Amino acid sequence: MVDTIVFLVAAAICLSGAIGVIVAKNPVHSALMLVMTLFGIAVLFVAQEAHFLAAVQVIVYAGAIVVLFLFVIMLLGVDVASDIELGGFKGQREAAAGFAVVALAVLGWVIANADPAPAVAQSRSGALDEATPDVNQLAHSLFSDYVYAFELTSVLLVVAVIGAVVLARRQAPLDEEVDA
Amino acid sequence: MEVTDNWYLVLGALLFIIGGVGLLLRRNPLVMLMCVELMLNGINLSFVAFSRQLNDIAGQTVVFFVLVVAAAEVVVGLGLVVAILRRQPGATADDLNVLKG
Repeated sequence: MVDTIVFLVAAAICLSGAIGVIVAKNPVHSALMLVMTLFGIAVLFVAQEAHFLAAVQVIVYAGAIVVLFLFVIMLLGVDVASDIELGGFKGQREAAAGFAVVALAVLGWVIANADPAPAVAQSRSGALDEATPDVNQLAHSLFSDYVYAFELTSVLLVVAVIGAVVLARRQAPLDEEVDA
Repeated sequence: MEVTDNWYLVLGALLFIIGGVGLLLRRNPLVMLMCVELMLNGINLSFVAFSRQLNDIAGQTVVFFVLVVAAAEVVVGLGLVVAILRRQPGATADDLNVLKG
């Protein structure tokens, strides 16, 4: 019973936040709506006993990514008027509506044909163990099966940091070079 | 009424659809990046639901990697937005046509 209430409340928060992101006229409001959705997702992670991911969700998304968004919005001063009603290319809104209709139709078809009691496969390598905290299990998985991918993410982050610095720097010399 | 894993999958799919519609609809590059985040979060929710349904920790590991990639994507994306808007204030996605032949 509690599970159901938690799910329904968190799902309502997520969906209203998500719709708020795409209808808000002011980008600052969009960013705050995004925070709402992210917290709803974090609650759902806790409900599914992924406690570590819930914490990371709040720290990384709400704490870093949204702050970065707000920082850029404030830095550029683009927190004015918005453009949801402006045209875009020809047929763009129709494309968006078409995407929504097709995706919802597929979702409805999948729900209608869902197997109510799917055969649950058991993992041999990384089976969830109720007794062990999920942090330990995640760490074990991350540093054994996925250790190369984990190392590659560090390369990815370094590249991203360098890319951000290069892109966001004021680059007068480069402009002259291009103009010449 | 029992909450099953399918409820989470449906919610994840709905978030993905809302994000996709927003990505197609909005012109502001910042809001478009936020819509990409929405789509990634819908997928993350599905991965955690599958992780529990299939009793395999790998689903949660993938979510961890998605978080890292999302952070990298936002950093580079916002760097691009800053570079573009500094050169052309008030630009929307429609104004980025300098490469047009």
